[in-house]
Amino acid sequence: MTEKERRELQITACKIRMGVIEGTYHAKSGHPGGSLSAAELFAYLYSRELNVDPRNPRWPERDRFVLSKGHTAPGLYAALALRGFFPWEDIRTLRHIGSHLQGHPNMNSTPGVDMSTGSLGQGISAACGMALAARVQGNPCRVYALLGDGELQEGQVWEAMMFAGHYKLDNLCIAIDNNGLQIDGKVADVMSIYPIADKLRAFGWECCEIDGHDFDQMEAAFAQARATRGKPFAIVMKTTKGKGVSFMEDQAGWHGKGPNQAEYEQAMAELNAQLAGLEAM
Amino acid sequence: MSEVKKIATRESYGNALKELGAAHPDIIVFDADLAGSTKTAVFGKAFPDRHFNCGIAEGNMMCVAAGAAAMGMTPFASSFAMFASGRAFEQIRNSIGYPRLNVKICASHAGISVGEDGASHQCCEDFAIMRAIPNMVVMCPADDVEARAMVKAAYEYKGPVYIRLGRSPVPVFDHRPDYSFTIGKGEVLAEGGDVAIIATGLMVYEAVEAAKLLREEGVSARVVNMATIKPLDEELVLKAAAECGRIITCEEHSVIGGLGEAVCALLAEKLPTPVKRIGLNDEFGVSGPAGDLLKKYGLCREHIAEVAKAF
Repeated sequence: MTEKERRELQITACKIRMGVIEGTYHAKSGHPGGSLSAAELFAYLYSRELNVDPRNPRWPERDRFVLSKGHTAPGLYAALALRGFFPWEDIRTLRHIGSHLQGHPNMNSTPGVDMSTGSLGQGISAACGMALAARVQGNPCRVYALLGDGELQEGQVWEAMMFAGHYKLDNLCIAIDNNGLQIDGKVADVMSIYPIADKLRAFGWECCEIDGHDFDQMEAAFAQARATRGKPFAIVMKTTKGKGVSFMEDQAGWHGKGPNQAEYEQAMAELNAQLAGLEAM
Repeated sequence: MSEVKKIATRESYGNALKELGAAHPDIIVFDADLAGSTKTAVFGKAFPDRHFNCGIAEGNMMCVAAGAAAMGMTPFASSFAMFASGRAFEQIRNSIGYPRLNVKICASHAGISVGEDGASHQCCEDFAIMRAIPNMVVMCPADDVEARAMVKAAYEYKGPVYIRLGRSPVPVFDHRPDYSFTIGKGEVLAEGGDVAIIATGLMVYEAVEAAKLLREEGVSARVVNMATIKPLDEELVLKAAAECGRIITCEEHSVIGGLGEAVCALLAEKLPTPVKRIGLNDEFGVSGPAGDLLKKYGLCREHIAEVAKAF
C-alpha cells in the first residue's frame, strides 16, 4: 500500500480509538482495552477488506463480520459509524437505555452488525454456520470473525475450529487478537492457550502470525487468506491491550471499565495529538 | 395394546423433514452424531448437500445453525432432548433466542420413555428450560399426524421453535381427514364437564383412554390436547377451568416448569381453580422398558383416572 493509504488507515484507527474512549466514558463502563488493541483490525476491515454497503446493510451478498469477542463492541461501533452505518454522535449513547448500541452487539438493533454476540465462543460457531450456508446457497460472500485470545479457553471455540477444518470453509477468515491479557491477568498465567498457530494448523487451518498494529502485514495476511483454497484461514495478531492510550497499555485492569473524566480528558488529549501528528504528515 | 398403529414421533419428524426438503431449498439440517436416532438421516439420504453432521458438539451445532439462519436459511438442528436443551442451553438462549433467529430445534428421545438408557438420557426438564427463553415457541406432538403437521407449521413460522420428540412408538389416534395444526392452539378431544384433563405429548392418548375409563364410572372428563406449551392456549385453559372447575395436567416431564406449572400460573392469575399435576415428581428416572417406566411413574391412563376420581 502507498504511504498515503497507510496514513489514512492509521487516521481511521486513531478515530476508532477516540470512539472507544468516547463511548466507554459516556457509558461509565464497557471494554476499552480489547477494543483499542483491535483498532487497526477494525479500521482495515471496514476501510479495505469487507464488501459492505452502509446504505444497504442487509444486502444478501455482503461480506459478514462476526465480533466473537463481543465485549469489544465499542471498537466495532466506532468503525461502523466511521463507515457510515449510523451517525458518529450515536457513540455517546453506548449502553444507555433506548440506544441501539447495546453493551454487546445486537444484530437486530444496530445497522451493520451481522450477528448478536457477547457470550464468548459462540460467535466463531455462528461464523462457521454463515460460511457453510453461503457455500450451500452459492453466495460469493466471505465471512470474517474476530476472537480474543482469552476466548480460546472456551471449549466451544475448538468445536468450531474442528467444524471449520472438517468442512474446509475457505470462505471463512478469522483474526485472533493476541493482546496477552484477560480479566484476571495474563492469558499465559490464567490458562495458557499457547501455542496458538500450531493448534490451529492441527485443526486443519491455514495460519499466519502478524503484528496486529501493522497495516502492511495485515494487508498481506488478508491477501493470503483470500488466496487460500480448501482451508479456513486464521490471522494471529500480536497486539498491545489498551494500545494508543498510555495509561491503558498492557494493563489488564482496563479490560472492562470506563474512564473517569480526568482519564477521559487525558486519553482524548493523547489521541488528538496522535491524530494531529498523522494528519500533518 | 395393539389395537392402533404406533409410530415414534421422531420417525414422523424425519419423514416430514424429507417431505419439506423437496419443496424448500432453504432448509438445512444439522445433527450431532445422532442422525440415525433423531431421524434427520432420512432427510440426509434425500438431500446430502443440505445435511451436516457436527459431531458430538451440540453447543457449536446450535450456533452454526444460528449462523445459517442469519444467512436466510431455515435450519433444523437435532440431538437428544437432554443435550439439545441441556448442554446447549446458553447457546440457544444467546445465539438463537436473543437474536430471534429462525432455527428449529427438534429434540428427540425426550422424557422417561427413552427407557433403558436411564436417567442420564431421560430429559424431563426441557419444557422448563426452553419455556424460560424469550421468543421461544415450545411444542410437543401427541402422535404421528400431529408431529408431521407440527414440523410443517414450525417451518412456516418465522422464529425460534423447540419441538420435543419421543423415542418410543406411540399410538396414531387422530385420523380426522380435516386435521390441521395451528401453533398456540390446543384442541378438545373429548367433551366433559366434571374435570378437564390437559395433556401433552404421549400423555394425550393416555388422557383420552382415561376419560373412557372415567365415563364408565360416571365421571365426565374433558380431554384437551395441549401440543403447544408456549405460547399457551390461555383461552382454552380458562374455558376448561370455568366449565369443569377442576383441572388435571399430564406430561412426561417434571411437574416443575412444564405444562402443569404453565397452567397453574395462568389460573392463579386469572381464574383460581384447583389443579392436580401429573408428571415426574422432582425425581430422576431409572433404566427399564419404556412402557413399564411410564406405569411406574404414574404416566398412564389408570393413574390419571385415579387422580380424577379422588379429586
